[in-house]
Amino acid sequence: MSKSLKLRGGLVFFCLLLSLISLAPNFMADSLPEWWTGAFDPIHLGLDLQGGMHLVLGVDVDKAVESRLDSTLDQIEGLLNEKDVIFKRVERLPGDRLAVTVYDAQAGSQVDSLMKENFPNLEAMTLSDEGGYIQKNYRLSTPEVANVKDYAVRQALETLRNRVDQFGVSEPTLQLQSENRILIQLPGIKDPDRAIALLGKTARLEFKMVAEDVNPQDAIKGVLPPGTQLLYEKDVNRQTGETTENPLVVYEKTALTGDLLADAQVRIDTRFNEPYVAIDFNSVGAKRFDQITAANVGKRMAIVLDDTVYSAPVIRERISGGSAQISGAFNEQEATDLAIVLRAGSLPAPVHILENRTVGPSLGRDSINMGIVSVMVGGLLVVLAMAVYYKLSGLVANIVLILNVFFIMALLSLFKATLTLPGIAGIVLTIGMAVDANVLIFERIREELRLGKTVRNALDAGYSKAFLTIIDANVTTLIAALVLFQFGTGPVKGFAVTLSVGIIASLFTAIFVSRVIFDFFLERRQIKRLSI
Amino acid sequence: MELISPNINIDFVGRKTIAVMFSAALIVIGLVSLLIKGGPNYGIDFAGGTLVQVKFTQVTKAADIKDALQSLELGSLVVQQFGETADEFLIRAQNTSAELEGLSKQIANAIESKYGVGSVEVRRAEMVGPQVGKDLREKGLMAILYAMIGILVYVTWRFEFRFAVGAILALVHDVLITLGAFSVFNQEIDLPVIAAFLAIIGYSLNDTIIVYDRIRENMGKHGKDGLVKVVNRSINETLSRTILTSGTTLLVVAALFVFGGGVIHTFAFALLVGILIGTYSSIFVASPLLIFWEERKGGKGTKAVAKGGIA
Repeated sequence: MSKSLKLRGGLVFFCLLLSLISLAPNFMADSLPEWWTGAFDPIHLGLDLQGGMHLVLGVDVDKAVESRLDSTLDQIEGLLNEKDVIFKRVERLPGDRLAVTVYDAQAGSQVDSLMKENFPNLEAMTLSDEGGYIQKNYRLSTPEVANVKDYAVRQALETLRNRVDQFGVSEPTLQLQSENRILIQLPGIKDPDRAIALLGKTARLEFKMVAEDVNPQDAIKGVLPPGTQLLYEKDVNRQTGETTENPLVVYEKTALTGDLLADAQVRIDTRFNEPYVAIDFNSVGAKRFDQITAANVGKRMAIVLDDTVYSAPVIRERISGGSAQISGAFNEQEATDLAIVLRAGSLPAPVHILENRTVGPSLGRDSINMGIVSVMVGGLLVVLAMAVYYKLSGLVANIVLILNVFFIMALLSLFKATLTLPGIAGIVLTIGMAVDANVLIFERIREELRLGKTVRNALDAGYSKAFLTIIDANVTTLIAALVLFQFGTGPVKGFAVTLSVGIIASLFTAIFVSRVIFDFFLERRQIKRLSI
Repeated sequence: MELISPNINIDFVGRKTIAVMFSAALIVIGLVSLLIKGGPNYGIDFAGGTLVQVKFTQVTKAADIKDALQSLELGSLVVQQFGETADEFLIRAQNTSAELEGLSKQIANAIESKYGVGSVEVRRAEMVGPQVGKDLREKGLMAILYAMIGILVYVTWRFEFRFAVGAILALVHDVLITLGAFSVFNQEIDLPVIAAFLAIIGYSLNDTIIVYDRIRENMGKHGKDGLVKVVNRSINETLSRTILTSGTTLLVVAALFVFGGGVIHTFAFALLVGILIGTYSSIFVASPLLIFWEERKGGKGTKAVAKGGIA
């Protein structure tokens, strides 16, 4: 055997061995040593094949800016009171503006200097005179707005990751998609509705004092004293399972928020055999809770989650330990989920579901089976066509075609790529197109043979003349596949991957491997007629 | 075995009038259908909306399912059979409001209250918001555009600009006709179809380049025969390969169309149409365009030379 042939044969053999090693965990993971299965994962299946949930959540970043303005407003109010500046009001106006209204120019200049010193992120805007008052307008600087939005999205991603981790999904994916979108993929999830409830919840926990002197019925009619708001308490009748909503008027000012929580756990109330969530505040929270309960004994405090009142118990005594409990109309799973979201923290801004694709496991299985059938039937038809048309040479093409599919799978496994349904379609398409390179070569060889060349010369000429054509034709398809890879998400990306990998593998097998096989058979024998 | 005799000599270029009429007719039919139906028929990926795929334990009718869902007040609702047997259906709703987030559960409950508990399984639920749909649509168009630019650059580099123009026009021709076919046959354009379009672009170009490559080779050998003869000769020489490769590719795509299942159906449809048209266009569109371009440019060229002579 010539040295070049040995070298080339060795390379093919090496590729084959590597493919076998990397593909083995797909078929016999149990009987392989750990280092083997550790180094080579089985081919990763996309959500459309194994079932699961694909979610795109949009973070409402404008809300984050608004809440930032609200907290700044509180700070300004506190500062002005502290410095004894006389002012009429501080308020948030439409268009993300803050306005401080004062009575005279002296107070105005006081406000100016205080604001400049303490709130460098606020930009002063126009002054307006309004019925004898001076109204000073401020807004957040553009970089600060961008900061707030950016922080909100990052924080949301972090919180969602915490929630998913506690939810218990194997191999979840969470990533920032574009400026305010977060992509979440949960493979093999059993209860999609529960996942949505868990992920979509803002989980903003607030403790607010109940405004006992306001009649809720008046509030429903629209008569609300300033500084109070109308909320509803959900109640489920234990016997009938009916849900009722009780109106409740609370003070707008939040006494305490869930940011100060240290832990939340589900417990079972032994008296009614009902679940509740036990919460522990951190040291700051515990101190505040102590102060509030001490000052409000005998009054009711509403526990509010995302503007729904869970319960509004009467404070019977001062609570100094920093523990409290949230009870309400929920079953054990709802209580578990509530504890999860409280532990994971609240989202800095509400999120909206922009895209949700959920595939059940049975459909995924069907898709795999149909995909395999398509590959088999398509492959068989091509193999038959090649064998009939090119006889023994067609057999060579068929051998390299089978090798090709084998290599594609191995490459997918090595690159840890994800196989999706369009990805399987990509493999099917590759099978059809892969023989093209061999067809081109064989047609060239036939032409050369017709010119009267010997078998060896015709082979040489056929391969070398067809080579550039094949490269040119395949590079263009590769360009389309690469663009697709850039553009695509999920399943479509899978198609781009298998198409690209398929092109590379088929170039290698159709040009290189098939030549090795021909050379191997032609080396020692003098062949007068090529079966082509 | 030989399907095409090596001595075949069909005058492809001479039939360009018929080819132009045929292509024009296909494009016009497609465009008229698109106009009548008010644009492409986008699936929920691009239009936004909600889609739920349900499988029953028994055979039923779309109208009955619609009845069962009436109480949900989902607005315009489409229920259509999915696959061969009448036990699997797709339910589509246009709106994607927040209340629809638990839609799959609501639908399952509504159906179970009519058909009995455990009679239905939600196999797939997709919800795409209008903003995401719009973004995907734009990104899809950009992808096709970028792919074409990339190809234009590569073909210009490897061949000449006039080849690239012919190739790209042939591609536009293929995509337009496939788009028209989607409209005529009421197929929905969803995300995988964009992938199919790009695959068609790749495939059709593959075909075109192989003919172009032969034209380039033959121009060196038989350049004095004139471009028309060279083009004809090249198409004939590569005809056997063109038919065989298209044949094998069509075989596998047909397998995908028949056995691949409903989820991949429109994708396979796009490929089926695209490969047929792509094969046709590389013979009857791309190469004659080369001659057309050459004749126009040739005319200008001689004028320029004449001018130069006077000066």
